[in-house]
Formats: sequence, structure tokens, C-alpha cells
Amino acid sequence: MSETIIRVRDVKKIYRMGAEDVYALRGITVDIKKGEYVSIMGPSGSGKSTLFNMIGGLDTPTEGDVSIEGYRLSELTPRQLAWVRCHKIGFIFQSFNLIPTMTALENVAIARIFYGLTPAQARRDAAKTLERVGLGERIHHLPSEVSGGQQQRIAIARALVNEPDIILADEPTGNLDLHTGEEIINLIGEMKANFGITVITATHDMKMLSASDSVVWINDGAIERIAKKGEIEIEIGSIDGSTLA
Amino acid sequence: MQQKSSTSLAVGHDIPEQVRIPWSTAFMISLAGVRRRLLRSLVTMAGVVLAIAFLSYMLVTGNITAALVEANISDLNVILQSAGVDIHAADHRDTMLLLLIGLSLFTCLVGIINAMLMAVTERIKEIGTLKCLGALDSFIVKSYFIESSLQGVFGTVLGLVIGLLVALIVALYGYGRYVPAHFPVASVLMSLGKSFLMGTLLSVVASIAPAYWAAKKEPVDAMRVEE
Ligand SMILES: Nc1ncnc2c1ncn2[C@@H]1O[C@H](COP(=O)(O)OP(=O)(O)O)[C@@H](O)[C@H]1O
Ligand SMILES: [Mg+2]
Repeated sequence: MSETIIRVRDVKKIYRMGAEDVYALRGITVDIKKGEYVSIMGPSGSGKSTLFNMIGGLDTPTEGDVSIEGYRLSELTPRQLAWVRCHKIGFIFQSFNLIPTMTALENVAIARIFYGLTPAQARRDAAKTLERVGLGERIHHLPSEVSGGQQQRIAIARALVNEPDIILADEPTGNLDLHTGEEIINLIGEMKANFGITVITATHDMKMLSASDSVVWINDGAIERIAKKGEIEIEIGSIDGSTLA
Repeated sequence: MQQKSSTSLAVGHDIPEQVRIPWSTAFMISLAGVRRRLLRSLVTMAGVVLAIAFLSYMLVTGNITAALVEANISDLNVILQSAGVDIHAADHRDTMLLLLIGLSLFTCLVGIINAMLMAVTERIKEIGTLKCLGALDSFIVKSYFIESSLQGVFGTVLGLVIGLLVALIVALYGYGRYVPAHFPVASVLMSLGKSFLMGTLLSVVASIAPAYWAAKKEPVDAMRVEE
């Protein structure tokens, strides 16, 4: 039986907006197992990104706590937190978030430099990883010189180059057309299969669920239900009126 | 399973601290950034270029006029006097000059800080992303400090060249052959050196606040999607 890599315990997030409180998360509890592909599903504004920020140690919960491999994120110093982000987690963003003044190679290499390697070693590893995601020839192009799908591939290479245990992808296909989006999802699925990486993606697109081992449905900051692999197709079937292969 | 992981909850000090990036690496990264952002950098530098051009123009012109006054040639004295130079007392102009120079340098300082704060605001998401990748605050401070200082130094050199050229052209136009004959090489070099030091110092000082401000940006900002 595989072990739990991420534990989210009764996490609440309240944003103070003047006199009003916005409850972005109303007490989320979930365990994610090593090597699992989990999709967080929910409408826009339901709290997916907020939950991601908590798991990635980018923001602190108002209440509750998150631990990764048994380490409570709230107990770590800023430098330890940076270490966790760099060594344990690969982030993939909806808007790719590549550095516009860096080439594909440099965008990937910088993550490797933060890991502690020299620029020369970093470039070598970056080139290898870009090759692996199918961007072997365009490594010296700037992000603006390649397509959206290719930009997301560069971002995936950047997320993978430090061989993280966890990939956090917040709506990774949100800015891509359907076909390119499927390619990206397949690529992330392959990485999970080949390297045993735990993948957590947020999405509001039903078609992105086929690769998932489980789906967490959230709405208005709370978990509605958690569906395991076998139940997902039935779930989609009942909503879509058709079954996905 | 759940039971086990809760009893074996590890303590924070087992996790290593993220390594710091050396200045040399940060310098390479920032230099590449400044070069690729050259047009944008030129706009940022405009204030420094103008202020240092003004400063070096004023100083060099002062040097040349002083040298010509000192040459004390009667034909030249006539030209100098008709150009408004008081050949007997060059001193009382200096307060005015100092005030102007001080003002231009102050404008330059404010200009750099303002331009860098804008650059930081534009790149909040970039800073957040770097932090998601494991950048420490110290790396952000270093890279913005280096970037701003580099731009300041480039701007200073550009300003020096412009100021010197304009001073030379104006002097040659006004006093013709007397300028090369009595050119005060030493004092002009001294003035250029002073302007260079002033511009560099100013740029470096002006870079400190924006660099720290940049480092305060949070990694959550990387996740935020605009529109
Ligand atoms: N920085 C913030 N300040 C105030 N409210 C916020 C902030 N971030 C998110 N929210 C609110 O929290 C809720 C959840 O947002 P979010 O996690 O971004 O949802 P999702 O990613 O599912 O679209 C929304 O109501 C949003 O308006
Ligand atoms: Mg979101």
C-alpha cells in the first residue's frame, strides 16, 4: 500500500476584504498518496488555486495545516520552505509564467541553478529535460517565439528538471486549445507513469479527468466528494450524458 | 497508514536550508536580462543619461573656459567677454552651477528609483515564479540590485560621452582654434572621473530600495491570473 505524501488537515482560508470576510476554503481535509494523479475539480472561484497555494507552501492557512512527507509546512523557516519548493515540488501555471527575457534553455536552467548546480551543469540538465518533453530544437528560442503549447512544455521541463516528488499544476490547459491541452495532459500523465511523480492538477474541464486516479470535487471552499478511478467514468457519464473512453 | 504518518511526524529541522546563489551567478543572469531588455533599459536609464550628460557638460565647459581665461590672450579675452564670461571673477557663478547640478542629480536619483519601482511592479509575477522555483529573497535582492546598478553605470557612461561631445562642440563653435591649443586635458579627465563616480554612486544607492521592495513580493502572486 502506498504512503501518504500530502496531508491537508482542516485547512481554512479567510480573506479580509474590508468589513467583509471571504471564505475561500471552509475546512479542507484530504490525503494524497505517493504516485497518485489527483484532479481538483470545481467551478471558477471555488477555491482550487487557494488550496494549491496552501499545498505549495506559497500561502499560509488561516486555520489547519498542510504537511508534505510528514513535514508541517507551517513549522518551516523561509529558507527551508524555499528548499521544499525547489527540491520537492514542480509548479505548472495556467499562464505558463516563463521569464520573457530568458530562452527556453535558460528558463529551465534557472530552476537547476536554484537547486545548487553551476550554470554549466544546469544548462546540460535543462537541455536533456527539454529534449524529453519534445523541445529539443527550440531550446534557444525566447518564449514569445514559440506556441502556447510549446511554452507549456518548457514550463513542464522546468517543473521536472529538479526531479520533484510532486507536480502542482493549476489549470495547466486553461490557456490552450482543446487538442494542445490534451497533449499537455498526456505529457503530465506520462511523467507520472514513468517517474512515479505525484500529480495534482486543478481544472474545471471534464475532459481532463481521464488520466486521474481520483477526483476531488470542491465547491464554495468545501469538498463535495472524492471519486476514485472506477467511479470517475460513471460520474462523467451522468453529467455529460455520454461516457468517455 | 494514517495512524503511522501522524505518529512519525517529522520535525522541521530535518529539512535542509535552500542554498544561496553566488553574486557571480546572479550577475550573469542579470546581465543577460538587461541586454535582452535593452530598449526598456534605455528608457529606465534616460534620467541618468540626461543628468550625467548635464553634469559632465557643465564641468567640462567650466574647465575649458577656465583654461582659456588663464591663457589670457587679448583677442580671446574679447571673445570670452562677449560670450558673457567674467574674466576677472569666475567664482560667483559657482553657487548657481552647484544648485543646478545638485537638482539634476536629485532628479536622477528619483528617476532611477521610480523607474525601478515600475519595473518591479511590472514583474511581480516573474518574481513570484522565481520564488516558486526556489529563489530566496536574497537572490531577488541581488538580481534587482545588479540590474539597476548595471543600467545606472551604462547610463552614466552614455551620459558622459554625450556631455563631453556637446561641451566640445559648443566650445569649438565659440572659441575655435583656441580650444585645442589650450585644452585642459587633466582637469577635463578629472571632471569626467567625478561625473562617472557620481553617476555610479547615485545609481547604486538608488537601486537599494527597489531591490528590497522586489524581494518582498510573495510567491502567491505568481499564481494570480489577470483579466
Ligand atoms: N487574494 C485574495 N483576496 C481576496 N479574495 C481572494 C483572494 N484570492 C482568492 N480570493 C477569493 O477566494 C475564492 C477562491 O478563489 P480561487 O482559489 O482563486 O478559486 P479558483 O482557483 O477555484 O477559481 C474566490 O471567491 C476569490 O474571489
Ligand atoms: Mg484558479
